[in-house]
Amino acid sequence: MVIILISSLRFRLEAENFSPISIYCEGSTCREMQKLGDFKLPHFFNYPPYFTLQPVRETREKQVQLWKELILDYCRTQKIFVIKLEEEFPLFSNSVIERTLSHEAREAFLSALAAEGRAEWLDKGHRSCLILWHRIQEWADIIVNFVKDNGFEDSVMTVEEIRFGIESRRTELHGIDRTILMRALKLLEQKGKLAIFKGTSTDDEGIKFSV
Amino acid sequence: MSNFFSKAEVTSSGRPVFLRNEVECHLLSGVDLEPEDHHHFSPLKSGIFILTTHRLLWLPSSSATTPTSASAIPLAAISHIFSSQKSLKSVFHSPRIRFQVLVSPDGRVFDPGSGSGSGFSSGSGSRSVVVTAVVRGKGDCDGFLVKFWDSWRTRAWESNETSGSGSGTGLASGSGAGTGTGGGLYSADGSVRMVGVAGILRKEQEMWESTDKSLQDAFQDLNALMSKAQEMVKLAEKMRQKLLSGTGSQTSGTNDEDMGSKEEIQDWLLSVGIISPVTKESAGALYHQQLSRQLADFVTTPLERAGGMINLIDAYCLFNRARGTELISPDDMLQACSLWEKFDVPVMLRKFDSGVMVIQNKSHSDEEVFARIKSLVTKPEALRNGISPTDAAMTLGIAPAMAKEHLLTAESKGLLCRDISPDGFRFYINLFPEIDPCNIYFVKDYGICSTWIKAVSTSG
Repeated sequence: MVIILISSLRFRLEAENFSPISIYCEGSTCREMQKLGDFKLPHFFNYPPYFTLQPVRETREKQVQLWKELILDYCRTQKIFVIKLEEEFPLFSNSVIERTLSHEAREAFLSALAAEGRAEWLDKGHRSCLILWHRIQEWADIIVNFVKDNGFEDSVMTVEEIRFGIESRRTELHGIDRTILMRALKLLEQKGKLAIFKGTSTDDEGIKFSV
Repeated sequence: MSNFFSKAEVTSSGRPVFLRNEVECHLLSGVDLEPEDHHHFSPLKSGIFILTTHRLLWLPSSSATTPTSASAIPLAAISHIFSSQKSLKSVFHSPRIRFQVLVSPDGRVFDPGSGSGSGFSSGSGSRSVVVTAVVRGKGDCDGFLVKFWDSWRTRAWESNETSGSGSGTGLASGSGAGTGTGGGLYSADGSVRMVGVAGILRKEQEMWESTDKSLQDAFQDLNALMSKAQEMVKLAEKMRQKLLSGTGSQTSGTNDEDMGSKEEIQDWLLSVGIISPVTKESAGALYHQQLSRQLADFVTTPLERAGGMINLIDAYCLFNRARGTELISPDDMLQACSLWEKFDVPVMLRKFDSGVMVIQNKSHSDEEVFARIKSLVTKPEALRNGISPTDAAMTLGIAPAMAKEHLLTAESKGLLCRDISPDGFRFYINLFPEIDPCNIYFVKDYGICSTWIKAVSTSG
């Protein structure tokens, strides 16, 4: 199957090389690249130096930038909210070229995301990182839209209902990480858009919207 | 006040004036000199106590309120040195050095130079006084004591007197024996006579033997060597004077022969480790200049073989091996290389960021090397698997260590990227500049990325 793909790719590439204008090779490059789940990987994922933390400043800056984009994209499409550094993370390894990111490299890239406000370390030892492919404010906006779209302006819902209820299935809220959701809700509470109240157990925390 | 002690002369800056052949051995500060019995002299407080080969000197410290003159005790006047007693009491107070000094009838320290008679010994009923030196300042008291014993036993002050009188007595006995017995090789007292050619030869032989013995003695006993060192220093001074007077009086380059012999002397001095005084006047000793040129000539052949760049350590080994004898030190090597800047030689010393030092041709250009590296690293095989320093070394025709330096320099210029894996340390062409972070899936048609993709995908 791989041979067929590659020969068709070669044909495709050769055909496209004859045109004078540079073409968006998305289709051809992707078919050649392996996937992680349904996530399409860029061509440089198979470039071995991509997995070694580069010492030269300019090169390192570019490398960090590419990894930041890739991590956010991957987490967004796969709905991943937390990365644990000591556990295996599919994006950090490439079995085709037999390379894995070192612990140091992982920490470097995630710290770069944290510096940008796109991630947060959950512990001082930097073992666990919260990924904010939407910023908290963005999540807050999504919640507000969700409430408005479904007419929940004056109603009450539990936190779990927001996370896993039928209504959220069509939105990005479905399956959201609890920590992130609570932060967004607290942000909205400060703005007076809702009120959080405790139920009989943590699972039953309720939200009263007043959007 | 201190009529007891001999007077010690002091220079205007407060340093003691030494006798002929007198050498300073040790110095302690904050020392009080106290007699066991106050009626000999009043204690001297808080001064500088100096031990020399001939005397013990006490100099008042500059903070002394009443002017006290510097005092001396000749070592010849010392009849006994007490060993330090370590008792519980001694832990609590300052260390002390106690010694016994002979006193002449007029109540002063016995002064051997005053010619008060050779019959004056400790057994002839003279009085002696125990003096205690209390060391209140910081100082190595035990070390002082050891040196004190040494100096006292060596009796350096006697060698001046005996050398004069010794030859006198020898002559006397020789001539006496000669007139007494008349002919024959052996004189009356059994020693061999110095007569005729045989005598001259024998004298030469004896001189040679005594020099040999003296050398042996010198090297056997380090203390004895140190006394011989004084002779060496005198010799070196003589040489120095000769050199300085020579260069001072002549204009440069007038007399080749003279200059040659002066260079010889300089070289000889340098070879025994004495830095030529002329070095300070001319920038770089002649020795180093010559070495520098010789090195530049020598190094051209290995440089060519090594592809234009050679590690300094390798060059050092090669050079010394070629020299055979008269090996140069690493310091000499460095000096010689740094002198190249002043001359017009086709080689130069270069230091990389990693600290590695190399000798390279002045004509060597980094750009040329980078061009060669770039062409190497864009070959399909290298695009797929990268290059290791060994690969680069083989292609560029240089040593692997040099190749690695070049690769690292190319990396720092943004030409290459490193890849560290269990397979080792490899370098790839740098693709990062071409990738657009806002459009990571896009590949330019004729850029390096597409070349790379093509090379990688054909491997199957």
